[in-house]
Amino acid sequence: MFTEQELAHVEELKSRYPEKQAAIMGVLHIMQDKYGYIDEERATYVAELLELPPEHVLGVISFYEMYHDHPTGKYKLQVCTNVSCMLRNSDMVIATIKERLGIAMGEQTEDGLFSLHEAECLGSCGTAPMMSVNKDYHENLTPESINAAIDSIYAMEKSNNGNS
Amino acid sequence: MIDYTPVVLPNIENLHEIDVYEKHGGYSHIRKALGMQPEDVIEVVKKSGLRGRGGAAFPTGLKWSFMPKDNEKPKYLAINGDESEPGSFKDRQIFEFNPHLMIEGILIAGYAMGITSAYIYIRGEYEKWVQMVEKALKDAYDKGYVGDKMKTAFSSDYTLNIYVHRGAGAYICGEESSLMNSLEGKRGYPRVKPPFPAQYGLWGCPTTINNVETIANVPLIIDKGAEWYAAIGAEKHPGPILYGISGHVNKPGVYELPSGMLLTELIYDYAGGLPGDKKIKMVIPGGSSMPPLRGEELEGIRMDAESLKAAGSAIGTAGIMVMDEDTDIVRILTRIAHFYWIESCGQCTPCREGTGWMLKVLHRIMDGQGRMSDLDLLENVASNIEGNTICALGDAAAWPVKFTVQRFRKELEEYIQQTSEVAA
Ligand SMILES: Cc1cc2nc3c(=O)[nH]c(=O)nc-3n(C[C@H](O)[C@H](O)[C@H](O)COP(=O)(O)O)c2cc1C
Ligand code: SF4
Ligand code: FES
Repeated sequence: MFTEQELAHVEELKSRYPEKQAAIMGVLHIMQDKYGYIDEERATYVAELLELPPEHVLGVISFYEMYHDHPTGKYKLQVCTNVSCMLRNSDMVIATIKERLGIAMGEQTEDGLFSLHEAECLGSCGTAPMMSVNKDYHENLTPESINAAIDSIYAMEKSNNGNS
Repeated sequence: MIDYTPVVLPNIENLHEIDVYEKHGGYSHIRKALGMQPEDVIEVVKKSGLRGRGGAAFPTGLKWSFMPKDNEKPKYLAINGDESEPGSFKDRQIFEFNPHLMIEGILIAGYAMGITSAYIYIRGEYEKWVQMVEKALKDAYDKGYVGDKMKTAFSSDYTLNIYVHRGAGAYICGEESSLMNSLEGKRGYPRVKPPFPAQYGLWGCPTTINNVETIANVPLIIDKGAEWYAAIGAEKHPGPILYGISGHVNKPGVYELPSGMLLTELIYDYAGGLPGDKKIKMVIPGGSSMPPLRGEELEGIRMDAESLKAAGSAIGTAGIMVMDEDTDIVRILTRIAHFYWIESCGQCTPCREGTGWMLKVLHRIMDGQGRMSDLDLLENVASNIEGNTICALGDAAAWPVKFTVQRFRKELEEYIQQTSEVAA
């Protein structure tokens, strides 16, 4: 399930702590980034790597927001709707995405490319409104910049498909 | 505007690069500290008056002095960069623009307390900033400023390893005991105190938890002295503060200024006032869990622990959220209540049930089904959470509701009167 390089990364993570259990969050990040979600089989694999009961791994996955046990869109649009963003019109961000992609909060586009999520404060209150697209922050959003971000994803996907 | 030159986030290009940081005196402060006795380093920090920037404004030197001296077990330092309190976005600036100041602060704190290993806990969503910190850390390791090579670089016996630990999206993990469970690879449930971290922390060993900004102040204190530091800003809560101003202002952002600034000066002179010159309805001065203040009662309130306490609020993370006269406070309060309900870990009944109950009542009011008696009900539920829980998230959930109902009673009554079908 993990490549040799990923396994080396796991070893490096383990070396940071007196007990290898502490490496679990880092290991789950590798898994989450690689597959987009962590099902039971993957959780069991992590459990074996760290010699932990699978229930422990499943418990950790369910506790933290960033680990998913089911697939989401390839590009996760997480719009912060907390106070500072609300005050600077996060409603506009949601409306713009809805209009462009035809999805509401919690939904996914049919091609599986995008899913729309409500986020809690992401630490960009001074550059609100904002959303994250996977790991990238998009700040000071306007309808134009939101559409441009979506355009550039479509363009990237198109060129990737063309190359394959 | 006052005459002040930033020191935590100074205006120096590429300061995040280790060469630039060194050129401006970087990593000479740990050298200086290593020439002192560890107790004397703690003494200097005590004298400086530095207080924690993570929310509770606890005196840092005093906290350090709780760590046992003669101890066979390892000792740990955890740096809190979870930064998830709505309205807070300051530690991110340190990660991005001055990460070496934080690293050097960790080294000094480590030496002062005899720390074996230090962990920088960074919220999972800050992946880009995690990478920046890891890069800075790697550069510092390569130069021998961190890790075993400190022996040669500083010709000292003291060495310290520093690691980054990336969170994964849970506000509660900013609470220090939850953070420790999370670091140990568990679900982030807060622990019952006592025992306190200085006795029984990470892996059962003595541990100190400090906020990122707190620790970044330390090299400055060692460099320029406790007296210099104590003379900046408010007497009982001195030093520079990274004020994060957001919401309805023309120039939102992080402003480094002395503690004790007038709230009105920050909002009008620095953050450029409100768009359309509107009046202020409400200000939350320290992140969303702090008691909100009325717009017309801001005159004379200063941003330091004492002044804000006297005004009926608290400094928290110094994240100032400004709301203009047209703001729908029911919607804002409902959003805040939603946040604490979602983030409650569910261990304590008053917090788990109370946050859900407050949210339900607020939704009812927003949906035109509110009753006048709902306001008393909200206050009542909030009071039952406060002080009755394992961790301070309970208070954090209760305060905004309780104080908004108390301080904006007239507005809320009008809201119900005008919108409710069942007001009575
Ligand atoms: C629910 C909750 C969330 C918290 N989140 C943070 C946080 O994100 N960052 C932080 O430094 N402190 C946070 N704190 C405060 C910490 O528990 C702790 O007091 C602080 O990190 C100590 O550092 P300091 O003394 O340097 O301020 C939080 C507290 C609570 C109750
Ligand atoms: S107060 Fe709330 S968040 Fe804190 S331990 Fe209790 S239930 Fe969990
Ligand atoms: S409130 Fe949206 S990033 Fe903080």
